[in-house]
Amino acid sequence: MAAAAKRVPLPAILLANDLLDGDVVFAFIDGAGPLAWTRDPALALVAADDTAAEKLEAFAAAELRDNKVVDAYLVDVAIESGSPVPRHFRERFKTLGPSNRPDLGKQAGEGIASAPKG
Amino acid sequence: MPLLDRNGSAEERWTRSEGAAIGNIPAALVPWEVLVEALDTQEPAQVIGVLIPNNIAFAALAPFLPRLALVAIAFPAYSDGRGFSLARQIRRAGFAGEIRASGPLIADQFAYALSCGFDTIELPEANAARQPVPQWLHARDSFSATYQRGYGESSRNVLDQRRAARAAALIAAE
Amino acid sequence: MYRYDEFDERFVRERVAQFTDQVARRLDGSLTEDEFKPLRLKNGVYLQLHAYMLRIAVPYGTLNSRQLRQLALIGERYDRGYGHFTTRQNLQFNWPKLRDVPAILGLLADVEMHCIQTSGNCIRNVTADHFAGVAQDEIEDPRPTAELIRQWSSAHPEFSYLPRKFKIAVTGAEADRAVIKAHDIGLRLRRHPDTHETCYEISVGGGLGRTPMIGKVVRDYLPKKDLLAYLEAIMRVYNLEGRRDNKYKARVKILVHEIGAEEFTRRVEAEFALLDGPSINADPEEVARIAAYFAPPRYETLPAVSNTLEAAKAANPAFARWVEVNTIPHKAPGYTALTISLKPTGQAPGDATSEQMRRVADLAERYSFDELRVTHAQNLVLPHVRLRDLFAIWKELGEAGLATANVGLVTDIISCPGLDYCALATARSIPIAQAIQSRFADEARQREIGPLGIKISGCINACGHHHVGHIGILGLEKRGIESYQITLGGDATENAAIGEILGPGLAAEEVPDAIERIVGVYLAARSEGESFIDNVRRIGLAPFKAAFQETARAAA
Repeated sequence: MAAAAKRVPLPAILLANDLLDGDVVFAFIDGAGPLAWTRDPALALVAADDTAAEKLEAFAAAELRDNKVVDAYLVDVAIESGSPVPRHFRERFKTLGPSNRPDLGKQAGEGIASAPKG
Repeated sequence: MPLLDRNGSAEERWTRSEGAAIGNIPAALVPWEVLVEALDTQEPAQVIGVLIPNNIAFAALAPFLPRLALVAIAFPAYSDGRGFSLARQIRRAGFAGEIRASGPLIADQFAYALSCGFDTIELPEANAARQPVPQWLHARDSFSATYQRGYGESSRNVLDQRRAARAAALIAAE
Repeated sequence: MYRYDEFDERFVRERVAQFTDQVARRLDGSLTEDEFKPLRLKNGVYLQLHAYMLRIAVPYGTLNSRQLRQLALIGERYDRGYGHFTTRQNLQFNWPKLRDVPAILGLLADVEMHCIQTSGNCIRNVTADHFAGVAQDEIEDPRPTAELIRQWSSAHPEFSYLPRKFKIAVTGAEADRAVIKAHDIGLRLRRHPDTHETCYEISVGGGLGRTPMIGKVVRDYLPKKDLLAYLEAIMRVYNLEGRRDNKYKARVKILVHEIGAEEFTRRVEAEFALLDGPSINADPEEVARIAAYFAPPRYETLPAVSNTLEAAKAANPAFARWVEVNTIPHKAPGYTALTISLKPTGQAPGDATSEQMRRVADLAERYSFDELRVTHAQNLVLPHVRLRDLFAIWKELGEAGLATANVGLVTDIISCPGLDYCALATARSIPIAQAIQSRFADEARQREIGPLGIKISGCINACGHHHVGHIGILGLEKRGIESYQITLGGDATENAAIGEILGPGLAAEEVPDAIERIVGVYLAARSEGESFIDNVRRIGLAPFKAAFQETARAAA
């Protein structure tokens, strides 16, 4: 995990790939529970301050150590219509799927319980 | 540091010297930089080994080989494969002493290391703790035969096995 | 084609077991991610943007129908019903789960396939001329050599932890269709002028990526029997002396460049002189054993001209045009090698659905002695088709969306997956290819323009071979948006050349206009029968640069 000094600008979300499946996952809090992973980018927990970002970083470090996920890092986001949207186009693709195949990936509702299956 | 040979855990009989000072260490492993100095003070009963970095040219090492009982080749990272070629060159020169790989190798390299001429692997504690000896022995036997001639036992080489099979078929046909 | 014997079979099964065990050790923490990553890469498993990716080796691009059907099955069962053929003649799946990879490897082993060394810092899957064995300009079939190298390089004890990836390509023809000059080692089978024996011309130090280089010849005529020992000498020099301090300087091309081709050759020859050839090289019986698998199929004796074909062409102009563009002359009279384009307008170049794979497998079985090829240009080939069968094949391909008549033309674009899939990419490639295809969709216009190779890479690693494209397009990031750099004058053939940058980077939507202007310069300046690349060579870059600047200005 990157040191705090190299942290992306806030607000930010934490994303990673599930170790066994490879799916892109986002750190979130289900109700009052602890931090967990969701496949739905709209549910990602947005860290607006250093304290919240440090919690995400600690969660990432623990989950990497426990072999739950790989390639975990914070991504700076803008809030659009109430949902976090990565500012960089590369990370935006990770929340959507291949742009040439709108029928595939998160943009088609894959792994997202609330969305209709594409 | 934990030591492995072909059969698993091995007893360490070498002692690393402080610089060139080999005193009365019976089997002294000295750094490459002080090898000349250490050899100058070698007693008849003493054996000397050298720990070399993996970026020295074989030609620089070759003149010392007759006086060495061990060449330990440093692996700064397991992904740095220079040591495999150095070991091959040392064996090709007829060196019959021990060749050791020293560094954070992984079990999956065990068979390669043995095939290239290494006898022992010296691991950092943490690596050895994560990858216990049974994993090394299992990985050693991952392949019952390999495709390269001139590495390790020829009985475990596909090309030589094919050759033997052809010869056997010829005899059977006669 | 080559068939596994008991040793090959056991080796691949043992490799499956080994990888399965490696995954288990990753999950139980014995292996860290840093340790596991090179191991999974050596088995073709990448972590990409959205998922893992699995790259399956298609050695020297040769497949049979059973294998292609198995790939179709894997695509359906473990992926999303399609695969992507790559510029190294491999096939990759974009959505496999790591937990499923051992099962996929088992299915591959069932049909004599694997993912061995399709990535990682080792000797990669060997590539060859996709018209091997059938091209009229061929001196000797390169596939036995490629198969020998495939075996020799598999799980090599000494050369599995190289400074960087290492790519070998082989051709046996006069025309280079295997881009050998852009490989770490390029082998060309040629006849010795005095002895008339076939030998290898060996080039080392070609490569694309950040510092593109054309390979230098280190041996003009290496006797065939010495091949493995000579390769061992090259690899040992590289393994010991290649740079490891900077991954962009770690390819053998940098070593060759830094010490000079002459000094590199001297070191290789000095090492080679120390080697005991007979204990390293494959014996002649082994070479003959492998070569026997590549004997020509039992062609019928046919007239060189098929009246059936000629009649069909006369009656159906669209068919005639497809035959004209997608087939080449064949060694055997009455036969042709047919290229099936995977570049219909609007699709990702090189993608094929499982359904299309099955259709092609059926055609290969019925019409091409059960054999097919993958080209580095991301198309498929039926290598032994009777001329009189072409019409029936064309109709069937048409039903599957596979009868595009554009091989070698402006819409036959080579493209890497780019940022739509790839974690290393800096920009997208596929939408750029699609936009250019749409712009030049008119088939008559494509034929009017003639042979023109556009190649697109989504990052500096150059999987899309952009440096050797007649027109090359490189996707980069500039100030937070995708930006595309255009090069001109590259050549992937025996006249290998690296393209030159035309000017500042363009936004994605400006690229089709820029291509249009470049093509416009050519059409206005060409002489009778002059191809695009010949025209660029003759008139130089200046007129193209001037036209390109207008695009940049118009956009500004």
